[in-house]
Amino acid sequence: MGTSTSTESLKRTPLYDLHIELGGKMVPFAGYDMPVQYPMGILTEHQHTRSGAGLFDVSHMGQIRLSGESFAQVASALERLCPADFLGLAPGQQRYSFFTNNAAGILDDLMVTRAGKGDDKDHLVMVVNASCKDQDLSHLRANLNNRCEVEPMFDRALLALQGRRAAAVMQKIAPDSSTMKFMTGRPLTVGGMQCFVTRSGYTGEDGFEISVPGGEADNLARKLLGDMEVKPIGLGARDSLRLEAGLCLYGNDITETTTPVEASLTWAMQKRRREQGGFPGAGIVQRQLAEGPPRKRVGILPEGKAPARAHTEIANEHGEIIGEITSGGFGPSVRGPVAMGYVRADLAKVGTPLQLMVRGKALPAKVAAMPFAPHRYHR
Amino acid sequence: MSDIRYSQEHEWVKLDGDTATIGITPYAQEQLGDVVFVELPEVGKKIEKGKELATVESVKAASEVYAPISGEVIEVNSALTDAPATVNEDALGKGWFAKLKVADKGQLASLMDEAAYKKYVEGLH
Repeated sequence: MGTSTSTESLKRTPLYDLHIELGGKMVPFAGYDMPVQYPMGILTEHQHTRSGAGLFDVSHMGQIRLSGESFAQVASALERLCPADFLGLAPGQQRYSFFTNNAAGILDDLMVTRAGKGDDKDHLVMVVNASCKDQDLSHLRANLNNRCEVEPMFDRALLALQGRRAAAVMQKIAPDSSTMKFMTGRPLTVGGMQCFVTRSGYTGEDGFEISVPGGEADNLARKLLGDMEVKPIGLGARDSLRLEAGLCLYGNDITETTTPVEASLTWAMQKRRREQGGFPGAGIVQRQLAEGPPRKRVGILPEGKAPARAHTEIANEHGEIIGEITSGGFGPSVRGPVAMGYVRADLAKVGTPLQLMVRGKALPAKVAAMPFAPHRYHR
Repeated sequence: MSDIRYSQEHEWVKLDGDTATIGITPYAQEQLGDVVFVELPEVGKKIEKGKELATVESVKAASEVYAPISGEVIEVNSALTDAPATVNEDALGKGWFAKLKVADKGQLASLMDEAAYKKYVEGLH
C-alpha cells in the first residue's frame, strides 16, 4: 500500500481555504488542488447527496460566454463545432452537447445555456471540463472568432448544490429558484449575490449549478453550508454519484476516439442536426446512425461483489475479448458494483451475459439499463 | 501490543506460536477511506513475503495487500466479505485479513515495531 501526491504548481479555486478549513483531503485533479473527500467520507457524502443536499466546488470547470450581433448568429456559430440544435433553444433553455473532431471523436462535453430574454442580446454560456478548458477556448477562438465573441470567464466560481433537499435549501436564499425547471438557467440573486443559476447537475438528483464571481464564492459557499441540511461533498462522491446516474466522464467514457453514436449519446444530437450535419465528423455520425456503430457504451452490472474498474477487459461468454470498462466502482446507493464500458454492438442488448477479467479471474456480469440509480430531475 | 510488527506497506502481523495474523494498519485504512470490498486468498495457498496476499477496494480504488511474512494461508476472515467496513472500524482487531502458518519467524526481524512504525508514518507527512 502506498500513496504519493505531488502538489507542485497546482492551481486553487476561490474555495481552497474553505476546503482546508472543512478538513478536505486535497488531491491533484486537472491541474487543481481539489478535495476528494471531507472527514465524513465518500460513502456518507454520497448518501447525504441522495437524501439531503450536497455542496460541490466545481470552480475548476471552465465557463465561457459566446455573444454576437444576434442570438441566431451566436447559435449557428457554435453549431459549426457541436452536433446540437442551439438555434432551437428557447430563452433560458440549457442543452448538453460536445465538441467533435473530423473523425467524429469527442473533444470535450459541455453544457450550453441560452441566456437572455429572447431578443438579439441573448448569448450562450457554456461550462466545459477543467482538463479541456484551455484547449476548448483555443478551439472556439480559432474557429469562431470572426463569427462571434468568445469570452472566457475562468475567474468565476461554480458551486453545485445537489440532492433531494437542494430545492428546499435553495428556496430559502433564492425564492425565485422554485419556478425553475430542469435544464434551464437564469440570472438569480442567491443570498444577496448576483449569480447565474441553472437547474442541472452531475449526480442524477435535482439541483442547481450556481455561477458566481470568484471573489464572492467563499461567502456564498459559507451561506449555503450554514444550512443544517447542506454538507460539503468531494470529487470522490461526485464520481460515484455520476456513475450511478449513468453520466459520462470525459477522458474515461468519452474521448477523442469515441463517437457520440458509439457513446449512446445520439439523444443529444437533435433531429435537424443529425439530418443536416454541418459539424465536424458529421459524415461518420450519419453513417453510424444508418449502419449501426461497431461498438456501444452500455451499463454493466457485475454479478458478484467485486468492483470492476476502468480498463478492465470485457469478454463474451466464450472468453473472447469484446470490449473494455471505462468507468467502474462501487455504487453506494446500488449497494454493489456498477460499471459502464464499450462492447461489440451485437452484445449491447440489456441482459447480455458478459465476463469481466478482474485480476486474472473471469467475473460474471450482465449488460444493464442505465441509470443504476433513478434520476430525480425536476422537469 | 508490542508483539505486533509493521511493514513499510502498512500491513501489520501478529505472531502467536507459528500462526501469523495479518491485516492493514489504522493509517492504511484511513488513507483508503471507506472499504467496500475485500478479496481474500484461498486457504491452503502458499504466499511468499512481499507477494500479494489480498486486495482491498475503497470507493475510489483497488489496492494490494502484501504478505509481510511468508507462509501458508490457514484461515481467512470471511466476515469481511459481507462487512468490508470492519476494516475501517477495527483495523487492528476484527478487521484482520488472513492467518498464515509461518515457516521462518526470523523474517519478522526485518519489520518495524510499534515505535519505529509510528515514526515512519510521521515521516510520511
